[in-house]
Amino acid sequence: MSSSEDRAVNAFREQIDGPIASYLSSCVHCGLCAHACLFFTETEDPRYTPINKVEPLRRVWKSEYTFFGKLASMLGVAKKVTDDLLEEWEPLIYDACTLCGRCSMVCPVGNDISYMIRKTREGMVAAGYAPDGLKGATQRAVTIGSPMGVKFPALQVQIHNVERETGLTVPVDVHGADYMALLSSMEIMNFPEYIGALAKIFDKAGVSWTLCSEAFEATNSGMQIGSSDLEGELLQRVVDGAESLGVKYVISPECGHAYYALRWEGPNVLGKKYPFQVIHILELLDQLRLKGKLKVEDKVDEKLTFHDPCQIVRKGGVVEEPRSLLSLVASDFVEMEDAGVMNWCCGAGGGVSANERAQPLKLAAFKRKKSQLEALGAGTMVTACANCRINMEEGLEENNMQIEVIGLTETLADHLA
Amino acid sequence: MGSAVEQNVRAITVADRLRAQGISRRGFLKFCASTASLMALSPAMVPAIARALENARRPSVIWLSFQECTGCTESLTRSHSPSVESLILEQVSLDYHHTLQAASGEAAELARETAMQENQGKYLLVVDGSIPVKDGGVYSTIAGITNVDMLNEVAAGAAAIIAVGSCAAFGGIGHARPNPTGAMPVSEIVTDKPIVNVSGCPPIPTVITGVLAHFLTFNKLPDLDDLGRPLAFFGQSIHDRCYRRPFYDKGLFAESFDDEGARKGWCLYRLGCKGPATYNACATTKWNQGTSFPIEAGHPCLGCSEPDFWDMGSFYRALSIPTEDTTRTLVYGVGTGAVLGAAAAAVARSRKSKAKAAHYKVSVNDLEEST
Amino acid sequence: MTSVEFLAWVRGPMFQIAVAIFVVGVVIRLIEIFALGRKADLSEPRGGETMPGIVTVFRRSIPDPGTFKRSPFTIVLGYLFHIGLFITILFFVPHIELFHDVLGVQWPGLPTPLVDAVAIISIFAMLAILVNRLRNPVLRFLSNGEDYVVWAATLLPLVTGYFAFHRMLFPYQTMLGLHILSVEILLILFPFTKLMHFFTSFVARWYNGAAFGRRGVQS
Repeated sequence: MSSSEDRAVNAFREQIDGPIASYLSSCVHCGLCAHACLFFTETEDPRYTPINKVEPLRRVWKSEYTFFGKLASMLGVAKKVTDDLLEEWEPLIYDACTLCGRCSMVCPVGNDISYMIRKTREGMVAAGYAPDGLKGATQRAVTIGSPMGVKFPALQVQIHNVERETGLTVPVDVHGADYMALLSSMEIMNFPEYIGALAKIFDKAGVSWTLCSEAFEATNSGMQIGSSDLEGELLQRVVDGAESLGVKYVISPECGHAYYALRWEGPNVLGKKYPFQVIHILELLDQLRLKGKLKVEDKVDEKLTFHDPCQIVRKGGVVEEPRSLLSLVASDFVEMEDAGVMNWCCGAGGGVSANERAQPLKLAAFKRKKSQLEALGAGTMVTACANCRINMEEGLEENNMQIEVIGLTETLADHLA
Repeated sequence: MGSAVEQNVRAITVADRLRAQGISRRGFLKFCASTASLMALSPAMVPAIARALENARRPSVIWLSFQECTGCTESLTRSHSPSVESLILEQVSLDYHHTLQAASGEAAELARETAMQENQGKYLLVVDGSIPVKDGGVYSTIAGITNVDMLNEVAAGAAAIIAVGSCAAFGGIGHARPNPTGAMPVSEIVTDKPIVNVSGCPPIPTVITGVLAHFLTFNKLPDLDDLGRPLAFFGQSIHDRCYRRPFYDKGLFAESFDDEGARKGWCLYRLGCKGPATYNACATTKWNQGTSFPIEAGHPCLGCSEPDFWDMGSFYRALSIPTEDTTRTLVYGVGTGAVLGAAAAAVARSRKSKAKAAHYKVSVNDLEEST
Repeated sequence: MTSVEFLAWVRGPMFQIAVAIFVVGVVIRLIEIFALGRKADLSEPRGGETMPGIVTVFRRSIPDPGTFKRSPFTIVLGYLFHIGLFITILFFVPHIELFHDVLGVQWPGLPTPLVDAVAIISIFAMLAILVNRLRNPVLRFLSNGEDYVVWAATLLPLVTGYFAFHRMLFPYQTMLGLHILSVEILLILFPFTKLMHFFTSFVARWYNGAAFGRRGVQS
């Protein structure tokens, strides 16, 4: 395949399916999706209207998958996908979309726009049109094993620290354990307390678990950049690790897109079902709570709220679990406006956090979360995604807001009976 | 006819004749007033009408019947009791009308020619029936003269033409598909004379006398609509003047001819009433000396005063129903669409398979940073 | 062509041509969508697809409160003209007669003054929709020629129908003919334009609801 245009067009051809054809046939240009997208609401730039972001994909659908579009392309009046178009659209597709899926919830004709943007990225990356930051992260993930360049020795250091602090053993490469826990490199580097929290909770609850030295990284830059090939390559490592240890479950960490990639896209990208089950850490914790194996000795007294990570809640279906867990550990839990499946994105998902070019836009988009928080007046915000957490800490600092951001799993571990 | 005696008779005014018939002055004025109101003229015009009618000399009228059923003549002459309207008709000098005249054969044709010569440029020409023009017009001849030739000949010297009935006005049943005789209305053959179309199958007698009264009063033809019909009678639709209209507005319809709705006198739209698209005075002047009109008798309006009403689909199907078989089009359309759609889908699927076969595997080498 | 010949043409052959283009085009486009299909999803489902899909088909007719608060104008106008079109098309008795003839089913109509009032509301809603499209920055940005053509093609049957009913502008046969012709233009444009959403939005909503439902979220 020669030109970048051809590679993009061919990838779009591969991706277009019945749902996409029905979505693109249905759009009436009502513009309502714009008001569901924080990149539009915080900038009022109409180019950020979600449906506009799929234009390259739409052109291929129109000219190649519709009878009348084919007639138009035979007559030479169809709009073509060109390098200029791809270049122009690259920032719209990568910088101004976190794949949060909020637009998919409001479209009156039912278009799953974030699904289409995800598919559009397949063609963009095939043609080489992806942001440098995300390219670098993906390259590191594939070649080194982690987008942040974290290797197992670095993890070993953190494990050692955790074991020293907690006096517990963090099991590594234990064959026949029930659960294999994955981590995100942000947790390894920035929030190692997550590892300690797992050790404490699982110890109390008697959960048989392990880490895997060959497959500890859960994040998947391949999915964010939109390449099923690279996404599959990264996922295969997890599958191989889990198979080699013979675990029954793989635990997705508090990381949104890692869960979505592993839980929902993985088997489809790899073309086969897993020999194990994928469970999000919050799902597992809530199961333990229901079994009475998760008890707290005291509660957080100050007013706290919960930020819904898009990929876990709206797009992942883990909606009630964090709420049940929070009512276990917090006495003054308040919901922010639009909480739950309609909550607003932190502004940095979908690869935006790895994309330096998108920094100003990301900070602009954070204004949405800022106003949600200001309306609430809570001093603490709990979340369940390391990427959301880092981004919100950065955003709060930028806006001089004194709100503490904490992870749900650590909060539970801290108050364990 | 056409003698000195006839000239004397013609000198007698309409008013004289009416008095001789026993119509009182009061009755005459009442007729003038109702004519004015029918013609939508101001009441101030009544004395003018009366004066004009009183002093009018009998105009010569030549009545040509072509491809027709005589229903129009029947409508005009079949009054159960003599009316002022019918008397007005009697006041004209009907010099040629092959149904009504006593003369026949050459004498009849001579009467026509004489009337034409004596009143050249002044006589009124009344036509009923359509004019067949196909194959040289051979499908209808009178005394060996084709209708089209006779019309052209007589129209040449007429002051004005009144096309009576839907056949003369619009071609009528002769003109209905497939129109085997090439039937045409008067207006398509004669284009250089004022023509009034008094359409209807048959037309309302009052409308003809009204037009005559107008001609006698003002010596010109009344205001016409875009189809050449006198606006005073054809200005409003049957639907708009229909006494069943409130039922239409309330959504109350007879669904069949013997259901409760029909007995209660509800709207006949669903039974095919063409009233909304039909302009005529039936609902106001009514028929049979003001007794009723078809809708009052429980039958939907056929739309007989409109052009080509024979070709507007069934009389018993609503106006909004297309005239052709849409269900068949729908079924064939689905079939054709399915075939074309399957072909288009096959092309699309093969395109997608080919794209998958030609999949470009993205590798780290593709992640070279652009700068 | 006289007004009556025109009316006979639009009620006769032209109507069949329009219906044929409409049906053939719509069937082609629907088959194209369904033939592309979906690959079987290999991930382990958390919830069902069918029911959430059906729920979304209905639920998407109601905006979520946040979206309503942010775009009340677009949503209210959208409701007004969609409901208006629905009532005028389906509950005006002459239209019911047409459906009865073509599809063999009929239903009770509404009183004409009511349909008349609804038509007026719809016409004004359509005019406001154009103003909104021209003034709202997002809508202006998104709009292309097709959006304006479809807008006009949707408004014309309402306006010509209103004029015909009230015997305005032209003689009734001409106006009725124009009304039917405008509907035929709408039918002909249908398979080529976003008017297809009349059919495909239900498919789209179902796919959306199924995709989210599988992951345990009612979208």
